[in-house]
Formats: sequence, structure tokens, C-alpha cells
Amino acid sequence: MALASPPDGADLARALRKRPFRRPGENLIVVALVLCAAVSILTTFAIIYVLFSDAIGFFREVSFWHFFNPGNEWQTLFNPRSFGVWELVLGTINVTLWSMVIALPLGLAAAVYLSEYAHVQTRRFLKPLLELLAGVPTVVYAYFALTFISDDVLLPLLGGNVSFFNSLSASIMLGLMILPIIASVSEDAMASVPRDLREAAYGLGATRLEVAFRVVFPAAISGIMAAILLAIARVIGETMIVAVAAGSTPNLSLSPLESIQTMTGYMLQVALGDAARGTTDYTSLFAVGALLFLMTFVLNVAAQVIVRRFREAYE
Amino acid sequence: MSAAETTPQAVTLQAEGSVARRQAWSRTSRWLLLAATLLGLVVLLILGIDNAIVGIPSLDWDFLSNYPSRFAERAGIRSSILGSVWVLVFTVIFAIPVAVGAAVWMEEFAPQNAILTTVRLNIANLAGVPSIIYGILGLAVFVRLMELGPSILAGALTLALMILPMTVITSVEAINQVAPSIREGSLALGATRWQTVWNHVLPGAMPGILTGTILAVARAAGETAALIMIGAFTFIAFDPSLSFGGLLDSFTTLPIQVYNWTIRPQPEFRANAAAGIIVLMVAVIGLNALALVVRDRLRRN
Repeated sequence: MALASPPDGADLARALRKRPFRRPGENLIVVALVLCAAVSILTTFAIIYVLFSDAIGFFREVSFWHFFNPGNEWQTLFNPRSFGVWELVLGTINVTLWSMVIALPLGLAAAVYLSEYAHVQTRRFLKPLLELLAGVPTVVYAYFALTFISDDVLLPLLGGNVSFFNSLSASIMLGLMILPIIASVSEDAMASVPRDLREAAYGLGATRLEVAFRVVFPAAISGIMAAILLAIARVIGETMIVAVAAGSTPNLSLSPLESIQTMTGYMLQVALGDAARGTTDYTSLFAVGALLFLMTFVLNVAAQVIVRRFREAYE
Repeated sequence: MSAAETTPQAVTLQAEGSVARRQAWSRTSRWLLLAATLLGLVVLLILGIDNAIVGIPSLDWDFLSNYPSRFAERAGIRSSILGSVWVLVFTVIFAIPVAVGAAVWMEEFAPQNAILTTVRLNIANLAGVPSIIYGILGLAVFVRLMELGPSILAGALTLALMILPMTVITSVEAINQVAPSIREGSLALGATRWQTVWNHVLPGAMPGILTGTILAVARAAGETAALIMIGAFTFIAFDPSLSFGGLLDSFTTLPIQVYNWTIRPQPEFRANAAAGIIVLMVAVIGLNALALVVRDRLRRN
């Protein structure tokens, strides 16, 4: 058999397509890999199904309007019971607010320092150390908040002005926990600001401080926004710190010195109690959980959208 | 690339007036910002030292080898350490193959279409879902629907789902780091796509996958809320049995034990909690350090 003519492009493509890129059985492997990827999709569906099917059961007992009416309190212990979720949401907003007051200045200062001031070696050393703050188990922060911050610092310092369980002790520890998120996501954003901008500013006689805060910071603002949203999502989903240190009394207050209850704090309380399946106490867990899931979902999606936008801006 | 490497050295001209003031501010800002960067770490250090002072006196062999007790001085962490280790072993066994499989599909086999984009977005979102929500999922699916009860198996499956997104993301990054030339070389020599993945891509991505796995284990080791949610807040005074049936035993873990001691009103349990925290932190910091070492060592090879 002789070659009639040298193979042209079409022949080559046909030959390549016939080549056994997969040995027998490799299709099965690919199917297994697809199944692995499908687990993540299934997880999402399962979360949504579990939360919303029992939440619907809850809303058969308690009206939507009652649940979201800011005038109703959250009072599930004795009759007449009341399920106004706004008190729990405000508890969550309370710790979010105060933890951001603590973490935002420190986290952004760390981001500016690491991105604009620190020597490469200093940064290589400091960054993993800062990340450690996010790696501390939250139950450890919870213990610190209750025993050290509240018991040993706040109570002696503020006396009767602060209750034993208070949102401030939880917020301080939450602030430490999210500091690395704000610092490292913001630093990534600042590091990807083009060098030209900095050099132009230095060329015009700006100092390092001016370059950092008047050039790099504004240019990285969208990344910083994303960092803030991610940090908020972490705070509102965090359970142990608020359950241990912030108290278990739903409270329409943004004061850092009072005892409050967050959405996650309530969920843990139900889990620790012995609410029978099918009772309103039990299904309220899923209603609050569904609301929490929606809130973190919106924050995470918003952060991703912002990050993608700002990446496009410079690439 | 940071400004530190690229900006010219300060010019040694004597500045005057407003320029001098601006430069002075800039010099001061370096130290202020460094102080702010270190503040969080200093607070953690103070808390750690204070905790060590409270906890170290209780930290002896009895504490490590005793079961929990309602008497603080007799209570120990035997069952919680064994429970933690057992749950984590199965968490890794469940999570890592699935995570690596998903990552390999996404990077090496998936068609570049809307399905892949959806899977990517979905995993990014799952990574942001609070751990307590995974606890609810575990409660409804593993404990109730599959009737596993608040068992080691249910706990490990719950934690596996929780760390899955994180390990998929780190595995994808690790696979991405493998140079395309390695794949092309292997394919050009006639290897199939799977042979290329198995013999060249996965070994190259191993350091990154291993680092991600260790960090995920560190996170699962400290997880409390999800496990309380599935009902693991219990008094356990026996060792988990080393059999398949033992997987259905109830369990407790070290963070749950720390939580248990933290919320007790009696002050004598505070020292127990502090000692438990020392053990937990040694494990978590050890795992983080191990991850750094693994990454550096394997990267050098």
C-alpha cells in the first residue's frame, strides 16, 4: 500500500480523531469525575431543598408578615409566642457593625502596609502570621471573648454599664477573625493596581503615604469593597463566638454593651435544646437558616461580581 | 510586584516647609501602619499567653487520658481527642477523592461551556456558606433521612461536604500550576488524556493538593457549630470502636469539649477549657505549619 499523496490537513484531523485518546474504561473514569463535580451541585440543591421545605412548614404556622414585621419580638420560650425575626437580624447587624468598626481600620492598614510599605521578606513572613488569625478555631475565640474580654477586661473596666454577655466582647473576637480576610483580599486588589499609576504619582513628587492613600487605595476600591462584603458574610454566618459571648436574649438594640441574640445564636440554641421534629420551634430553625443562607448568598455573589469587574478593568 | 521594590530610594535633598511636613507624615505612617498590622497579632499573643497561664497547670497525662467528668479536676479529653481524630480521618477519606476528581474534571476534561461556568460559580458560593448551614444539611440528610444518627459517619460526611468547596478550589489551583508543556509532551508521545492526568498532571499538582488538604483538615478540626447541629453535643465516656459498626457510634470532638467547659458556670472548668484550647491550638498551628513546610519542600523539588 502506497501513499497516493502526502496527507493534507483534513486527513490529519480525521486520523487524530480516530486515534484512541481514551483506552477502554477511560470513559468510565470520566463519568466518575463528572459525578465528583456533580456532588457540589447536588449539595447546593440539597441545602436549598432542606432549608426551604421545612421553612415552608414554618410559614404554614406563622405568617410571612408576622415573621418580617419589625414590630414583633422574637420570643419562643413561653406563650404567647412570637416570631418577629427582625430582633435576631438586628442582633446579627449589631455584631457585624461593631466587628467591622474594629476590623476595617486594622485590616485596611495591614493591607496598605503589606502592599505599599513592607519589604518582600517582611511580607512573606507577616502574611502567614496574619492568616493564622483566621485559622484559630472559632470556639477558641468564643472562650476568649467570654472569659478574657468580657470577664477580665470589660466588666472591671465598665462595671455595671456592660452586661456579662455583651455584643462587644463577641465583636472584638469577630474583628480579629475577619481581619485577615479584609487584609489579604484588599492587598490582592492593591497589588494588582498597575505600577504606572504609582510611578506617575512618585514622578509628580508624591510621598509614599500619598501614593498609598490617594492613588493605590482609590484604584483598588472595588476589591476593597469585595473584601468588606466577604468579611460581612463571614461574620453573619459565624456561630460559636456569638452564641457563647453575645448572650441569648433577642434585643432590638445596636448597643455594644447589651446582651443580644443573633440568627446563628438562635439556631445553635435550638440545636442544643430538644425541640421535637415538626414543632414550630424546630421549623423556625429552618426559616432562620433559610434567611441566613439568602443573606450570605447575596453577599458572596455581590463580592464575586465586584471582583470580576475590577479584574477586567486592569487586565 | 510591590512598590517597595520599584520605587527609587529617597532623594537626599533637604526639603523645607510643606514638603518636609509631607515627608515627615509619610515616614511616620510607616510605623503607624506597621503597628496597626501587628495589633491583631499582639492581641492574639496576649490571649495565648494568658490562656497558657490558666491552662498549663491542668495539662497533664491524666487530662489527656481521662474521660469527661462532672468533677473538673478529674475531667479529661480522651474521648474528644479520639473522636476528633476518627471523624477527621473519615472526613479526609470522603472529601479528598471527590474534591480532586471534581478539580480534574473541571481543569482537564470539562467542555468550556455554561455547565463548567455554573459548576465554578456554584463551588465559589458553597465556599461561602456558613458552617452551621452545613450542620443543618447534615442533620436533615445524614442524621434523619439516612438514619445514621449523630454518629461518626454522619459527622464525617457533614464535615466532608463543608471542606469540599475549599479543597476543590485549592486542587484546581494546583492543577492549573502544572505547565501546559508537560501535558502536551505526554500527549505528543501518545499517552491518552487520562494517562497524562494520572502520570504527569496529578504528581505535579500533588504539593498544592496536599497543602490544601492539610489546611482543610485544620479547619475541620476546629469546627464546632456544624457538629453541634447534627447532635454531637453529648457526654461520651467510651473509645470509638475500630470497626465499621463503630462508625455508627456517637462521638464528641475536642472543640465541642472546649465549648462544653466554656459554658459551664462553675469557674473550675475554666482551667479545663484553657488546657483543651492549648491542645487544640497546638494541633491547628501544627497543621498550618506542616502545610507551609510541605508546600516549600515539594515546590523546591
